Amino acid sequence: MEIPEGLRYSKEHEWVLVEGKTATIGITEYAQEELGDIVFVELPEIGEKIVKDDPFGAVESVKAVSDIYAPVSGTVLEINDSLPDSPETINDDAYGDGWMIRVEMQDMDDLKDLMTAEEYAEYIEQQKEDDDEDEEAEDDDEDEE
Amino acid sequence: MKRTPLYAAHRRAGGRMVEFAGWEMPVQYSGVIAEHMAVRSRAGLFDVSHMGEIAVRGGGAEAMCQRLTANDLARMQVYQAQYNLLLNDQGGVIDDVIFHKRQPDDFLICVNASNSEKDFEWLRQHATGKIQVENVSADYAQLALQGPLAETILQPLAPIALADIKSFYFAESEVAGTRCLIARTGYTGEAGFELYCSSQDAEKLWHDLLDAGAPAGLVPAGLGARDTLRLEKAYPLYGHELDERTTPLEAGLQWVVKFSKGSFIGCEVLLRQKQAGVERKLVGLELIEPGIARSEYRLLKDGRYIGRVTSGTRSPTLGRSIALGYVEAEEGRAENILEVEIRNKPVCAKTVPLPFYRR
Repeated sequence: MEIPEGLRYSKEHEWVLVEGKTATIGITEYAQEELGDIVFVELPEIGEKIVKDDPFGAVESVKAVSDIYAPVSGTVLEINDSLPDSPETINDDAYGDGWMIRVEMQDMDDLKDLMTAEEYAEYIEQQKEDDDEDEEAEDDDEDEE
Repeated sequence: MKRTPLYAAHRRAGGRMVEFAGWEMPVQYSGVIAEHMAVRSRAGLFDVSHMGEIAVRGGGAEAMCQRLTANDLARMQVYQAQYNLLLNDQGGVIDDVIFHKRQPDDFLICVNASNSEKDFEWLRQHATGKIQVENVSADYAQLALQGPLAETILQPLAPIALADIKSFYFAESEVAGTRCLIARTGYTGEAGFELYCSSQDAEKLWHDLLDAGAPAGLVPAGLGARDTLRLEKAYPLYGHELDERTTPLEAGLQWVVKFSKGSFIGCEVLLRQKQAGVERKLVGLELIEPGIARSEYRLLKDGRYIGRVTSGTRSPTLGRSIALGYVEAEEGRAENILEVEIRNKPVCAKTVPLPFYRR
């Protein structure tokens, strides 16, 4: 699974590209794969303020809707205009053309809570292991029956 | 959680497993949209072994089932299948089911997974005399082969002429040497079959079908595609469009209710409702502003609450945002503009005729 170096990652599976005080935000490869076919994206408007750990938008797959949480606080400078018409871009290119918004960061300290690529790789590995353990625990239950 | 006999096969095929009605089921393999389009254009194979099967047989079985259901079982021939509703005394839907008449007074009823225990108890309570009610869900696996190429794929594996099985009829025969009840029924809006076999034969049948169908483009399809396919065709899903507080008249299923057959549980309430008119009804909605309506979202008319969404998605076939929901009957008129409340914002939608999709 692709986890580019140089980006920062949140526990809610957003990525952040930091350039000076500007942060570009999207969802990770892992997130888009978990969601499946994305068919609708709701983004904030330019000038809107987003607050760290609060939802700033939503992505909808055929099956369900998921909030997207702000990994940092700031003011929206730009949104990806192509997503409303082709939300599947997020499935195809989560770290590139599938970017969602650009914000001017309010507090650079927000970045301290985000993970490096290496940390994020460990984090999702851990999540997968937890899933597998649940399954193994279930298998054990069945053996006992 | 319960698993079907095909659990290991799904894992090997890359199926993403989720919980559904107490079962661990594949929601998708390659992707919901790809599987959906495969069923519309070629064929898909679904494991629907979570569905329950209840056998009701013995002298008086038909008369008993007539009392418990809305449709007229007396109209059925042997080897015919019938969509039917188990009703409570308020006319509410206990379950929506398919009856298969194997012999006079000998029915195999396919029921929803979430309701199989409840249905079995309800039927058992009403059984008298020589009527036997048996929950045979564990004995059966069920595979749904659906799509325009379903018959082309299945025919070489079957010793009988499938063309002789009309819609909502079935045969007791074989598929690739496996004993099967082959029914021309489905939940996708496409041509196709539902195959009931012994649980122990399920894995062989699954692989035989996939192998035989691969050249024609047959793919395994999950519950995600099953849901978007049925929604385009506006087939109700129990727990969404149907429940014990909803009557068939509200749900647009008046065609199932045969008052002419004589008295049945719930018929008085339904007759009164038919005469007085329903207070709320199921409508089809198409969003005319961007967004997707989901189950339980509120429906408004000029800001006033008029009902709720029961199912919604982006239709892969039509490319539009569609939904089913209950509204006050007078707001169910054609081309009515109303609003779906999506994340606290009203999004405009209009009522449209059902089904959304017709092959």
